Amino acid sequence: MDARPTDLMPAAAVPARRSDFNRALYTGLAVLGLACIVAAPFAIYPVFLMKILCFALFAAAFNLLIGYVGLLSFGHAAFFGGGAYASAHALKVWGWPPELGILFGAAVGALLGLVMGFFAIRRQGIYFAMITLALAQMVFFVCLQAPFTGGEDGIQNVPRGFLLGGLIDLSVNLNLYYVVLAITAFGLFAVWRVVHSPFGAVLQAIRENEPRAISLGYRVDRYKLGAFVMSAGLAGLAGGTKALVFQLATLTDVAWQMSGEVILMTLLGGIGTLPGPVVGAALVAALEHYFATSSFPVTIITGLVFMACVLLFRRGIVGEVLHRLRRR
Amino acid sequence: MGQVNLGLACVASLVAATALTPMAATAQTISDGTVKIGILNDQSGVYAEFGGRSSFEAARMAVEDFGGKVNGVPVEVITADHQNKPDIASSIARQWYDVDKVDAIMELTTSSVALAVQGISKEKRRIDIVTGAATTELTGKQCSPYGFHWVYDTRALAVGTGGALVAQGGNSWFFLTADYAFGYSLESETTKYVKSKGGEVKGSVRHPLSANDFSSFLLQAQASGAKVVGLANAGLDTANAIKQASEFGLVQGGQRLAGLLFTLAEVHGLGLKAAQGLTLTEGWYWDLNDETRAFGKRFQERAKRMPNMIHTGTYSAVTHYLKAVQAAGTDDAEAVAKKMRELPVQDVFAKDGRVQANGRMVHDMYLFEVKKPAESKGPYDYYKLLATIPGSEAFGKAEDSGCPSIGQ
Repeated sequence: MDARPTDLMPAAAVPARRSDFNRALYTGLAVLGLACIVAAPFAIYPVFLMKILCFALFAAAFNLLIGYVGLLSFGHAAFFGGGAYASAHALKVWGWPPELGILFGAAVGALLGLVMGFFAIRRQGIYFAMITLALAQMVFFVCLQAPFTGGEDGIQNVPRGFLLGGLIDLSVNLNLYYVVLAITAFGLFAVWRVVHSPFGAVLQAIRENEPRAISLGYRVDRYKLGAFVMSAGLAGLAGGTKALVFQLATLTDVAWQMSGEVILMTLLGGIGTLPGPVVGAALVAALEHYFATSSFPVTIITGLVFMACVLLFRRGIVGEVLHRLRRR
Repeated sequence: MGQVNLGLACVASLVAATALTPMAATAQTISDGTVKIGILNDQSGVYAEFGGRSSFEAARMAVEDFGGKVNGVPVEVITADHQNKPDIASSIARQWYDVDKVDAIMELTTSSVALAVQGISKEKRRIDIVTGAATTELTGKQCSPYGFHWVYDTRALAVGTGGALVAQGGNSWFFLTADYAFGYSLESETTKYVKSKGGEVKGSVRHPLSANDFSSFLLQAQASGAKVVGLANAGLDTANAIKQASEFGLVQGGQRLAGLLFTLAEVHGLGLKAAQGLTLTEGWYWDLNDETRAFGKRFQERAKRMPNMIHTGTYSAVTHYLKAVQAAGTDDAEAVAKKMRELPVQDVFAKDGRVQANGRMVHDMYLFEVKKPAESKGPYDYYKLLATIPGSEAFGKAEDSGCPSIGQ
């Protein structure tokens, strides 16, 4: 940003030029980022990248709720894990093609979201969080007990199959990477579209001042439930995709620790920013992956990073960067 | 056995037919000029003591004892912490096979991880040897021609603690069962062996997973008058139940506690005062004979602790794998798996152990009782040997395992 050409032109022309410059900068960055993402699997192991993508989508779905409606859900693992189990079951036992299997995961996530949201949105703040946590624990209990989930063994060896009736072999990591990339891009676009729609504007109004939104005549419950279901559906989509990537669905996906992990990702990246969850997911997944081979316990490192975030940059990584940029 | 060999021959010829020509040409040598073994387990979570980094130490010790080389090629051991998450385990295992050219993955604590990695190993045609997980699925419905289950399984634990304890006079049982599939399967398996030996089950009570308060369950167990209280749970639940049982004086009252999945590492963590009188089944103990004592001492110098069955089992798995690579003259999974089944397992962990067609390593198991504090001469002097369970009794036959690649 130091390259701002202020001393080369009259002061009046600066704002227009600057916005042009900014636009060029952002376009350049976007093209560069896209090129990196497309080329990434040739430099970094694709399965690890797919994991980041799945968690990025999951965190983005969570961020839709906390960042733009101000609802802190502590039960998102239920949608993520529910989607994962549903997809894994459909792919393995019913032999569905992968595209239908993943969509089924998203549908199950959305359906769970409808039921849980119906009860949860009636309360605010800590009570909302507790209700989502309690309902998610019930989903966990069902997954622990139900015969189709395989208890603590989970559903294993889920076939990756072929996309579009046999055209694309998903057992090739590179093929699957681009499919997962497309799914995640679709999910992120959906979040962006929702946030920048009139619907999203109402959501943000609810976040800022709920009584006022009510007094303006909005049925806030319906808006909140709508956002909750969308978030749950996208979380289910992420879970279904993850089941396809790793060929398994286990209790880890529905356990409350997973709900905590997605909060951590979103918080580290930056709540209420679109790229934040992606950055947070990449950071947490990278910590888990690269510190796995060190003799230092991963959980302690994650904890230290979280403490540093809370103490030093509360807006999260992306949030802090955007804040600094805006202040200039 | 004829049928088994036929099945193996079918698999072998199928693989040979589909293998690419350049691969077939190099099949008789060691790929990439090194034999690489990956130890993948939980090093920061609830099972960090059960296996953890000490298993990595055991594997390195095995390689050093083997001379560091096999057929003139160096052997390398790497390790990673899967943090009890199957997705992390799965991505590390894939990366090890695809990028890092790992030839075999071992240890694999917890069932969900072991099953996931065994699936990947099967797909990639690599060897996996499970020492840290319990499920019989590994050599049953989800068995792999390249997958081995080395140390224990739920059946062996049930036969050991259930069957052998009845023979010791513990003929009436009451179960404290964790309320999920693992708990039920432990309870029902153990019940089967208790009854087959003429014992009776007086009742059972189910407690929620990760329970903190066992008092009402323990009172029921006390009131049942059963001679043995079986703990069909794992990890912290077992530890909590044992601690609270000692506060309620169950053992002092003449009842016996039987832990179905408990090892030396957990006894050490709990301390003798709480754990005294507990009966449990393990596949190995350092104080069995001169050889095991010498091994235990050597291991303790390196890892600052005595090994349990998981650690020594990992040592044994690595050693046997290297022996098989040496005998086969290659690290090709097909040839090594064949040699692993042919060669007897003869080391500090197992005497005359043998590997069944479904990948199950059969060896003797032991029923132990935890000593009273006054009987113990020092740290890790914890067990009294009650009975030896012959391997053929402890582990199921390959034909009955339900493993689809055999007996067809």
